[in-house]
Amino acid sequence: MTVQEVGQPRRRKEDARLLTGRTQWTDNLTRPGLLHVMFLRSPMAHARIASVDVSAARGLPGVVAAFSGQDFAAEQGSLPCAWPVTEDIVIPDHPPMAVDEVRYVGEAVACVVATDRYRAADALDAIEVEYEPLPAVVDMNQALAPDSPKVHEAGNKAFNVTITSGDVEAAFRDAPVVIDRTYVQQRLIPSAMEPRAVMADTDGESFTVWSSTQIPHVLRVMLAVVTGIPEHRIRVIAPDVGGGFGSKLQVTAEEVLCLLLARRLGKPVKWTESRSEGNLTVHHGRDQIQHVRLAADADGRIRGLQVDLLADMGAYLMLVTPGIPMLGAQMFNAIYKMDAYQFGCTGVFTTKMPTDAYRGAGRPEATFAIERVMDELAAELGMDPVEVRRRNWIKHEEFPYTTISGLTYDSGNYEAATEKALALFGYDKLRAEQADRRDRGDPVQLGIGVSTFTEMCGLAPSRMLGEANYGAGGWEHASVRMLPTGKVEVITGTSPHGQGHVTSWSQIVSDALGVPFDDVTVLHGDTAIAHKGMDTYGSRSLVIGGVAVVKACDKVKEKARRLAAHLMECSPDDLEFAAGAFKVRGTEQQRTIQELAYAAFTAHDLPEGVEARLDSDATFDPDNYSFPHGTHLCAAEVDTETGMVKIRSYVAVDDVGTVINPLIVEGQVQGGIAQGIAQALFEEAVYDADGNLLTTTMADYLLPSAADLPNFTLDRTQTPATSNPLGVKGVGEAGTIASTPAVVNAIVDALRPYGIHDIRMPCTPERVWRALEGVRR
Amino acid sequence: MPRITVIVDGVTYEEDVEPRVLLVHLLRERLGKTGTPIGCDTSNCGACTVLLDGKSVKSCSVLAVQADGCDVVTIEGLGTSGSMHPMQKAFHEEHALQCGYCTPGMVMAAIDLLRDDPDPSEETIRQGLEGNLCRCTGYCNIVRAVRKGAQEMGQAVSTS
Repeated sequence: MTVQEVGQPRRRKEDARLLTGRTQWTDNLTRPGLLHVMFLRSPMAHARIASVDVSAARGLPGVVAAFSGQDFAAEQGSLPCAWPVTEDIVIPDHPPMAVDEVRYVGEAVACVVATDRYRAADALDAIEVEYEPLPAVVDMNQALAPDSPKVHEAGNKAFNVTITSGDVEAAFRDAPVVIDRTYVQQRLIPSAMEPRAVMADTDGESFTVWSSTQIPHVLRVMLAVVTGIPEHRIRVIAPDVGGGFGSKLQVTAEEVLCLLLARRLGKPVKWTESRSEGNLTVHHGRDQIQHVRLAADADGRIRGLQVDLLADMGAYLMLVTPGIPMLGAQMFNAIYKMDAYQFGCTGVFTTKMPTDAYRGAGRPEATFAIERVMDELAAELGMDPVEVRRRNWIKHEEFPYTTISGLTYDSGNYEAATEKALALFGYDKLRAEQADRRDRGDPVQLGIGVSTFTEMCGLAPSRMLGEANYGAGGWEHASVRMLPTGKVEVITGTSPHGQGHVTSWSQIVSDALGVPFDDVTVLHGDTAIAHKGMDTYGSRSLVIGGVAVVKACDKVKEKARRLAAHLMECSPDDLEFAAGAFKVRGTEQQRTIQELAYAAFTAHDLPEGVEARLDSDATFDPDNYSFPHGTHLCAAEVDTETGMVKIRSYVAVDDVGTVINPLIVEGQVQGGIAQGIAQALFEEAVYDADGNLLTTTMADYLLPSAADLPNFTLDRTQTPATSNPLGVKGVGEAGTIASTPAVVNAIVDALRPYGIHDIRMPCTPERVWRALEGVRR
Repeated sequence: MPRITVIVDGVTYEEDVEPRVLLVHLLRERLGKTGTPIGCDTSNCGACTVLLDGKSVKSCSVLAVQADGCDVVTIEGLGTSGSMHPMQKAFHEEHALQCGYCTPGMVMAAIDLLRDDPDPSEETIRQGLEGNLCRCTGYCNIVRAVRKGAQEMGQAVSTS
């Protein structure tokens, strides 16, 4: 084997079936006698359910059954929250189907099971529900007012946290510069292209649940806990899954109810959401009000940072809802050194869809706030925004560095990434053009946005998750089996939904075992095949799961070494492993790993204590997070007459450590940047004062199309992570975390001469134009 | 119930359908053509794009009865994993798909785009694919793939 696979731009193994329509999306699947489920959903944000009458629906053609929440009250349990971030957190009961009260528009109140989806839809119309309206609670500040109507009996405050490090008061006392800003992280809808779907079947004893989920393993445990069905009687399969971005990191009402319906009816059932149903009921992301204060010296050195968040939980706490803002708790200080830091967060209940993980989950919010404030500090001091960052960031020779918030960054080189980005961007030339346009009073102004970010990735060290009171560990598992013919089967506990694990894991195994790339297959996403796993989210798959694959390969090699030594009658220490073969040092004698796999299979001549199998498994649990970083630069043209923003150029230099497959890494960065730009310019989930979602369709909730986005110029620096043997850091969220502040900083930079210091996201033409009108008047 | 005759991926089907049934549901649920997925219910996303008598349509916005007498080509009729259409190959080569859910629609729309302009510029491609949404790729590689697919299809035409 001369070519090293790791680092090659391998085309993906996953592509062929996706490109030819041979896909296994959950909604493609069927079972003999399959029935279709549809849910009737609350049109009211907050109401007591006086009555639900499904009897008329039951008599309609094709209808097999119809149920209200009351019909499942005794068995449906409560949807789980696995992250009680404080001792006194309020975790309200969360029935999968509402029984007494609805608390957001879209909450399920009844369901129909019919022979096809058209009959099921017809029958929904025949269900009568009587609601007694209660007041909606939409705004977080109003929700916390003493006279606010209550979402839950316990009140509207879910939890409150304050974390202090260093002497904050001293840092702010007599500080020459204090920047005080409030930013709004608008509510977003994750919008994976594949709508959710669930199918459940039973043989009367055991259950199989197919779901468009990121977390088949977590889901299996949680379905057992919620329904009381023993875990060993539940198998969860995540077939092809069409994107997630955190939205499918959830244990949903529909998954629980489909399982219970299959049990109740003894028949296979399937539910597939429509997009408008999904916009209402797939958990939303972001939704924070961030009050940020930063104290600095006159030369730009940061003294202290104080952050106070209101985080909208929505109506209930779902799987990791309260943990999302807490994932940002240690990230507001970002790549900067400072003397003191305080983080406060209040989780607030409102009568809206619950929030939860969305690409970046807590870290984009934190990065946005600090990167916006750094630009404000630069403006206040009349300094270049790159220079103010340079004066504060951790220098490459200072790693490992323990930050003010208590994380230890193992590695990084912010200088190198920034220098590279500035050169690619043509920073000085663009600044000159900006000055020229300002001088000329050009109606189209140019702005330059800087974002130097880091993130904590690779969720996560189990010990640290335990300290954060998270309900599970952060390890990952892998098995590697040599088959008799020398091919390799890898079973991973990660559950890909677009990330290309099959390809990347094959590259890793190819190098580790010295076998051809094409000889490796990777199985995943079925709890009966991959019996152990913590699944895919938080840029963890490669950093934890990929390393577990390496560790399993190492164990396979050790077994093979003993077998080879036995067969060649030498000591294991006399063997060297290279290019897929064990060679006796100083001789031509060798056994390939494929020969050894066959020898293990035949078992004709095994050494004492070696079993008839050449396979192994491993679990990896890192000691620390990984910390990808990078410098993103955005040049935006802002038309001061129309408010239109056009991204003229965008440069991203990311440091994700070792790169397994540059094609996949670039694809992740490109897609991530697009999603971050979407938050900056296009997307917002809007509720009216009565708690009605106004953006229920893709016509109202504006996902950017190809026509709305530019090309990106990408490059990398490579500073390997020291927390894992591959040196990888994770890349799934970097683009999204970095790009939102880069874009908004560019817009504000363009408009700063007009006296504009902020524009609320999304920075639509109307918002930009109104901001300009406001200062023109 | 109306009876329709429709050719899908080269096979003639005669089906009795309710007038309200959408073409995409006929394809997916009656004919087993699940290669064409559904991504929305307002014809914004384009995931369900197929060719109807050679022109791209969003099959969630066409009634099955409207396809009576028509020739439908889905992603499954375009090529197989052994012999892919040049546009499918270009998507593979340029890493123009991640989760792959938008891909069938994107490929069909791209092929239709080339009917109007066999050698489209980046700008033409971006505008031409405006009705097809992708959440994974940021479109950079999709645009590249369509350029490449166009070149290869052009060469195939010029050498034939």
